[in-house]
Amino acid sequence: MPYISNTPEERRAMLEKIGVTDFDQLITAIPPQMRLEGLLDMDEPLSELEITRRIQKQTCGDVCTQAVNSFLGAGVYDHFIPAAVDAIISRPEFHTAYTPYQAEVSQGTLPFIYEYQTMICELTGMEIANASMYDAASAIAEAILMAVRKNRLTKAILPATLHPEYLRVIRIYTEGLGIELLTAPTKDGLIDLDALEAMMDDTVGSVVLQTPNFWGNIEDGEAIGRLVRKNEKALYIVCASPISLAILKAPAAYGADIVVGEGQALGNNMNVGGPLFGFFATKLDMARQMPGRIVGGTLDKEGRRAYALTLQAREQHIRRAKATSNICSNQSLCTLAACVYMSLMGREGMVEVATQSAQKAHYLAREIAGVKGFTLAYPDAPFFNEFVINTPIPAAEVISRLLPQGIYAGVDMARWGNDNQLMLAVTEKKSKADLDALVKALQEVRDV
Amino acid sequence: MSKTIFELSTKGRKGYTLPANDVDIPLDEIIPAQYKRESKARLPEVSELDVMRHFIMLSHKNHFIEKGLYPLGSCTMKYNPKIHETIARYSCFANAHPYQPEETIQGALSVMWELQKDLSEISGMAQVTLQPVAGAQGEFTGIKIIEAYHKAKGNTHKDTIIVPDSAHGTNPATCSLVGYKVKELKSDANGRCDIEHLKTLVDENTAGFMLTNPSTLGLFETQVEEISRIFHDVDALIYMDGANLNALLGIVQPGKTGFDVIHFNLHKTFSTPHGGGGPGAGPVGVVEKLVPYLPVPIVSKNDSGYYLDYGHEDTSIGKVHTFYGNFAVLLRAYVYIKMLGAKGLRRASENAIINANYLMARLKDYYHIKHLEYCMHEFVADSSWQKKANGVNTLDIAKRLLDKGFHAPTVYFPLIIPEAMMIEPTETESLDSLNAFADAMIEIAQESKENPELLHEAPLTTPVRRVDDVLAVKKLDPIFPIKN
Repeated sequence: MPYISNTPEERRAMLEKIGVTDFDQLITAIPPQMRLEGLLDMDEPLSELEITRRIQKQTCGDVCTQAVNSFLGAGVYDHFIPAAVDAIISRPEFHTAYTPYQAEVSQGTLPFIYEYQTMICELTGMEIANASMYDAASAIAEAILMAVRKNRLTKAILPATLHPEYLRVIRIYTEGLGIELLTAPTKDGLIDLDALEAMMDDTVGSVVLQTPNFWGNIEDGEAIGRLVRKNEKALYIVCASPISLAILKAPAAYGADIVVGEGQALGNNMNVGGPLFGFFATKLDMARQMPGRIVGGTLDKEGRRAYALTLQAREQHIRRAKATSNICSNQSLCTLAACVYMSLMGREGMVEVATQSAQKAHYLAREIAGVKGFTLAYPDAPFFNEFVINTPIPAAEVISRLLPQGIYAGVDMARWGNDNQLMLAVTEKKSKADLDALVKALQEVRDV
Repeated sequence: MSKTIFELSTKGRKGYTLPANDVDIPLDEIIPAQYKRESKARLPEVSELDVMRHFIMLSHKNHFIEKGLYPLGSCTMKYNPKIHETIARYSCFANAHPYQPEETIQGALSVMWELQKDLSEISGMAQVTLQPVAGAQGEFTGIKIIEAYHKAKGNTHKDTIIVPDSAHGTNPATCSLVGYKVKELKSDANGRCDIEHLKTLVDENTAGFMLTNPSTLGLFETQVEEISRIFHDVDALIYMDGANLNALLGIVQPGKTGFDVIHFNLHKTFSTPHGGGGPGAGPVGVVEKLVPYLPVPIVSKNDSGYYLDYGHEDTSIGKVHTFYGNFAVLLRAYVYIKMLGAKGLRRASENAIINANYLMARLKDYYHIKHLEYCMHEFVADSSWQKKANGVNTLDIAKRLLDKGFHAPTVYFPLIIPEAMMIEPTETESLDSLNAFADAMIEIAQESKENPELLHEAPLTTPVRRVDDVLAVKKLDPIFPIKN
């Protein structure tokens, strides 16, 4: 039997020590009528070799993004991951450790979280970060809840330019708590500033901004920040792409109170969309309202530098029904990948990744705009590494025509109500030849 | 103390290579100046070797399952098979994008479909959502489903969930997050739900009950059927916190014994690695009448293959994750379940129970155990004898265990047992390692008589001595002050 060490003889000896002759005597507390008769209805057990073969057979028709020329994004991105990232995160010392509750034997996990928190604060310009949330969506939701705790104002403004799937998650997290979600409309692919201004009043508790927004466009964080400030109590929540922050202004510079974002792009594989991780950072004076675990530096009893979980009085295992959140397990190992990734790429590498991604995306956008029948959906909005195009035929058809050529043309916006739009993401992994291949394929779509 | 990665930084040093950029568009042309960052983020400038040495140095300071026994009660630190890691790294999984055409991820979808099916069978539920990414998010999803059920039935007056005093903190926290009031149910002298107290709590406003079974005392709740009647009589639903489901595999199917909703902790029960605090996965199973409320999508199958099914969108509670949950974690649990099969799962639970009872038998003369009956997969001892006789408390014992190469049990939980030590050895530990742990615990009981000061001083051999977590709060230091 896999993963059970004890032999039948040892099992018998143990039962004897316990004082029973048969396993069933140990479970007499379970009323007999509640017990399963016979076995669960499942496949016969497989050996390692058999499960390996079975999975290889099940997946032999699958085509991953590395086998094709993929332009898929919309929240999950295919950035390059140095081999050293996996070499570190697959170490059992990190991989099979539990939450660092016993600090003295967790001085591996705790310091990397501290370093990760530092890097997130450096990118966002904030003063304190937590050890992670589940994804950007739940991080935004928790940020809105935190704003309500802080200012007791239950109205939150979300932009129409927010990732629609984030919106769905935010809605489920906030709907039972009397929080009113308002939508700031969009104009030309960006938040309509006049409309937002008209919405701002004393009852608004928080305003959320996603930048680059769902369509890849860079919002005017500064101008929006000024509008948010019209209500002194309102908190400004910014959801930012971490790679973009290597070259774009840190949200703290334009007045953000809470900065969150999707961290997957930092050294994590796409894994069919999970695990992801949400980063969460804010100002020190709001530390006690934060959700999630936080690591702090401290000393051991001999005065040596050490690390520990801190401000735990906010958390569910202490505060129970009055906790700031119900989160317990987070996405720790994903933040280790991010921490190692940011260490390897470093100051210059992060800038290079962001710059190349932006440059290549703009090259592609310009080339596609030159293909007859295809236009940029938001030609006047600045964007980072993702953009939306209008397609002369339904995007679903473009996608299926390019599929046999080994191209994942992008995300079909029909999913969110626009049949003739395709969203494309470009990272530093693309070569000019990859980009030209897509343009050529689109030209042929047009020619058919 | 070792340096942080920031202190290792040397200007101009690099730890990466990238292909030269073959697209030449000046950044100034494409990013408006007012949006650009003024100075670079002060990330470290280190070589790959610097990075490897730094993190390997840190790794040496961790306890982990391959190093030694990890008897954290309710956390279920069992061995994580390595085949999971190999398979999780297959490119068709690791490099698959969630919005790829479905025909190109049929293998990944088949894994999800089969896992839904197997988890349904294991729990005796009608259907399972794989979307919640942690146990606590599973709880949230389950309580939202209960809320949706009541809303659909017009039960708008129902505003309260009952939670036992032995529950994990996530239970009451989850109820609050959904917007329910929480009433706490007392445990009786046998560590079970106090039925008389329960009857005074349940009324027309009761929406549901959250029960961890076996409880955090390691005891099976013997009165499930009566409890189920009491709640169902007022149209309240029963949620089973599956944190301890690893005791019941192939022994009890909760969905067939009165529970309406259950969450699984795949990282506990089905042996996916805990990763220093995640990622886990918290799928939720429900009985037939609650299937319409499950999050979208679930994975379904028709003649042309597997697909993401949004068919019940109108009744669904919506989504709790951007995509489909922690796929890479689901995949590992899938491999585990397929390798164990029905017999292996039952065997895992049996051995978890035997191992816990064996340890209890070996320790019961040395440590006070309030509920001295056969336990399930874990039991709660405490240090009340040591505290009274020698002034040694649970924290001292926990720290001394670290000196002896073991992780500590879950301490000071459940809250209803003063000085609690919740011990769960799991089925993957051998008789030898159980004996080594028991010997260490007995030695510590001896040391507490002979040399209590030693225990107050512990740990002595760990990478750092006892860590001052009060100072960590008083002088909050959440980030490194980067100098350059």
